[in-house]
Amino acid sequence: MEDTIAAISTSTMSSGGISIVRISGENAVSVADRIFQSKKNTKLTDVASHTVHYGTIESHDEIIDEVLVIVMKAPNTYTREDIVEIDCHGGILVTRKVLEALLDAGARPAEPGEFTKRAFLNGRIDLSQAEAVIDVINSQNDYALKSSVKQLSGKLSDKIKELREVLLDHVAFIEAALDDPEHISLDNYVEKLEKDVDNSVDNVSKLLKTSNNGRIMRDGIRTVILGKTNAGKSSLLNALAKEERAIVTDIEGTTRDVLEEQINLGGIMLNLIDTAGIRETDDYVESIGVEKAKKYAQDADLVIFVVDSSRELDENDHEIMKMIQNKNVIVLLNKSDMNTVVNKEEILKYMECNVLSISAKEEIGIDQLEDTVKDMFFSGNIDVNEEIYITNARHKNLLKEALTSLNLVKEGIDMGMSEDFLTIDLMTAYEKLGLIIGEEVEDDLADQIFAKFCMGK
Amino acid sequence: MPNICEEYDVVVVGAGHAGCEAALASARLGLETICFTVSCESIAMMPCNPNIGGSSKGHLVREIDALGGEMGKNIDATFIQSKMLNKSKGPAVHSLRAQADKSDYSRRMRKVMENTEHLLVRQAEVSEICVEDGKISGVKTVSGAMYKAKAVVLCTGVYLKARCIFGDTSYATGPNGLQAATHLTDSLIQNGVEIRRFKTGTPARVDKRSIDFTKMTEQFGDERVVPFSFTTDPESIQKDQISCWLTYTNEDTHKIIRENLDRSPLYGGVIHSTGPRYCPSIEDKVVKFADKDRHQVFIEPEGLYTNEMYLGGMSSSMPEDVQYAMYRTVPGLENVKIVRNAYAIEYDCISAVQLDSSLEFKKIKGLFAGGQFNGSSGYEEAAAQGIIAGINAAMYVKEEEPLILDRSESYIGVLIDDLVTKESAEPYRMMTSRAEYRLILRQDNADIRLSKYGHRVGLISDERMNGVIEKERLIAEEIERVKTVNIGTSEEVQKIVEGAGSTRLITGTTIAELVKRPELNYEMLAPIDPHRPELPWDVKEQVNINLKYEGYIDRQMRQVEHFKKLENKIIPESIDYSQIHSLRMEATQKLEKFRPRSIGQASRISGVSPADISVLLVYLEQFNYKNRQ
Repeated sequence: MEDTIAAISTSTMSSGGISIVRISGENAVSVADRIFQSKKNTKLTDVASHTVHYGTIESHDEIIDEVLVIVMKAPNTYTREDIVEIDCHGGILVTRKVLEALLDAGARPAEPGEFTKRAFLNGRIDLSQAEAVIDVINSQNDYALKSSVKQLSGKLSDKIKELREVLLDHVAFIEAALDDPEHISLDNYVEKLEKDVDNSVDNVSKLLKTSNNGRIMRDGIRTVILGKTNAGKSSLLNALAKEERAIVTDIEGTTRDVLEEQINLGGIMLNLIDTAGIRETDDYVESIGVEKAKKYAQDADLVIFVVDSSRELDENDHEIMKMIQNKNVIVLLNKSDMNTVVNKEEILKYMECNVLSISAKEEIGIDQLEDTVKDMFFSGNIDVNEEIYITNARHKNLLKEALTSLNLVKEGIDMGMSEDFLTIDLMTAYEKLGLIIGEEVEDDLADQIFAKFCMGK
Repeated sequence: MPNICEEYDVVVVGAGHAGCEAALASARLGLETICFTVSCESIAMMPCNPNIGGSSKGHLVREIDALGGEMGKNIDATFIQSKMLNKSKGPAVHSLRAQADKSDYSRRMRKVMENTEHLLVRQAEVSEICVEDGKISGVKTVSGAMYKAKAVVLCTGVYLKARCIFGDTSYATGPNGLQAATHLTDSLIQNGVEIRRFKTGTPARVDKRSIDFTKMTEQFGDERVVPFSFTTDPESIQKDQISCWLTYTNEDTHKIIRENLDRSPLYGGVIHSTGPRYCPSIEDKVVKFADKDRHQVFIEPEGLYTNEMYLGGMSSSMPEDVQYAMYRTVPGLENVKIVRNAYAIEYDCISAVQLDSSLEFKKIKGLFAGGQFNGSSGYEEAAAQGIIAGINAAMYVKEEEPLILDRSESYIGVLIDDLVTKESAEPYRMMTSRAEYRLILRQDNADIRLSKYGHRVGLISDERMNGVIEKERLIAEEIERVKTVNIGTSEEVQKIVEGAGSTRLITGTTIAELVKRPELNYEMLAPIDPHRPELPWDVKEQVNINLKYEGYIDRQMRQVEHFKKLENKIIPESIDYSQIHSLRMEATQKLEKFRPRSIGQASRISGVSPADISVLLVYLEQFNYKNRQ
């Protein structure tokens, strides 16, 4: 049933360096051995586990590549099955040939996420760890990666287990007391319970609060650059992207549409949306851009408002400030290299925000921008080494449900319900938390999870 | 020489609490039934505590009654004190318990058994089961007589190779010195049944005249007695009740026990079998709860026409002299005279994981089992399995679907599911904590939950069923009505609300909402609900509970929905676990051994992890997909 699977496990898009082909399954070693010729003439089926071997991959009497082969035998492997990894050096086309040779030799191509699925099914990793693998694959920046790696190493599991243990202790105690009232008394017990439930509510709330950061870390900060025509938005984008992507000209209204760009700002991913200048316009094409800009500004996590500090604020600027009153805003007083007529105080008269002076053209002030963004989104002292971040929508929903149940326990205590009622909501909270780490069974869970996996991991 | 040979549809082995329910169910369903007992005088005997019901056990009795069983009716006819326990807690844990007149209880059940059509009580020891091609064909008695049968129900209780022990004294007898059944075990083993050995115990019975009751607290019955059976008219059972008495052990008692532990067969090594953790001997309690300076002792009458009193909470297997010494340290028992010694009893039984959920042996078709033989403890647990085993033996003979109750609809379902999926290391006792959905499995709604099943198999008459349907209709209508009855904030309303210790209403609300307040209930609001119809008491009780705990009941129902989803994923009988390579070795072995009927049941087997269940789910998806194609 559990046949041998193979896939290229490094990105097929990467241009250089080493590509890895991974094989897992009962026959992984013998399949690999069929196409591997060792320099020392050893057979892979005879070698010890977790050893590296140098040689060539051959198919149809033709040498395909010079490789290093790592043989890892069950159960101490990622999938808890025999695994062979082939490090190929000849670039992506050659790597594909190696994979084809393996398929000829008896492996079948792995389905998306199949390695991790096997790791989960074989009990190698728990559910939140399996899900973290998806996040690792999909991580777009360093913070997100670190957070995913934390989940992968089981930090989230540990925290959830800790919370569950407290709840289970209480349920067990109440149940024991109901069954043996002679020896186990519930007198004054509710006070102790309430304290622990309050504590659990705090803990779950804290985890939930990280979920917004979690999303931002995984998906990046949705950022919109606004500013009237020719304020220097495109120059800013270029300065950030260090690449001439937007067209920068001195003619007003050159940026006709919305440009999206992902920019890694000191490890934080900004999903930058550069818009057309905001200006009352009769130009049809440009007016579409303006509408879009407004809409994007509404949905954004962060608005960067670029002001041309060499010109007085005009009605366009005021229009924009009205639009972004309740958003996270950084105002950039651009063109600081020229004679400035707008200063920080003037901006602060109209709205609460961070104001920085920059010169996009001269790339002055970009570092401060980076620091300000970090301050705004990670409270200045983000320490990704300690915190657990909820980056997964399923986890977030389950935490919310657990929180609802915990609050119902508190409500029950306030209403003076007897302990046998309180266990109902305690148990629900316990189960919802259990679903996060896969210690409770949800019937269609496995399918839900594995449908999201990427190829090759 | 040819021996006697008779033919029956169903043979029941044993006439204790399981055997009686099994035999009655089978006979009442029209099957020719014979029930064997080692003594006709010991039918439905209560060799241990003199009461029926109690926490969660009361639920079982109600459920047996709702299915058409006899236990509830029998105790209603023979109780001498009755009490609803846990009334300070929620309705889920309210539990009825009644003291029985033991001999009366036994005598009445004997009369019912002997006067049930299609049923014969036969005094003889069954020594062999006869199996042909994996199917039961009958039983043989010690004398060699053959009784052919299509189905056999084993309810041998604690009689198989029974041994009674106290101190270094031991007799090869059943309880109360009755004859043990010494042969059947070997026949079972020959037919591939795995046998194990459990023990249980009972306290001494003492002479009432030797007790000083002035040193004890009197325990009265309830002023208003609630019957066990849904068919008993509450008015018909209001009567004078007999009291029980409460006293306590003390440090002197514990000291004597500790000093003589080496003389206890349990601690001294004579008894190796496992006893019930939840019904411990006084020796166990002193060892286990070493920090407790006292334990309760309930002095309970054994009946109206005897002076024997039962020392509840002090079961023991200590030598006679130690028993005297320790009992006499208890206030009120200083001069106590023992009528019967406390003793432990060891017996052969099975691990019920050899049975499927219908209580039929997986490997022997037509052979069913119930009661203490299955590794349970308690009269009520026995009777609950007995009625299911009896019904399913009948269903088997009639070639109809077995009756399997699940955990979300009954304590009986919880009991049987636990027995067949968990290899309990000790006699299994029912407890409220074992039921996940106990707010729905209340003792007060057992008729609504289960009458339909009793009716389906044929134990509940159309008339009784119609009564339940009518009751449900009245409850639903009244709940709907009070949800629309708005009450204002008039002084009359405020007076009632404040009179009950609740806070004044600020705005008007409905009766249904007001009932939810902790201090109020449906009955109290009658004066401000002028159009309220006349309703029977049990309908009013249901309306109150359903309104009052609506939020909790709804949430528990949601848990049940999730449970049902996994429960309804049936595992095909042809499944070959060795072919599912992703399962861990331990899980494969356990699943192969238990062969659960659903994913839900599989998830409750210890040694099967949630990840294993995911594997099974994925496999089932593939399996079903292939089968659809």
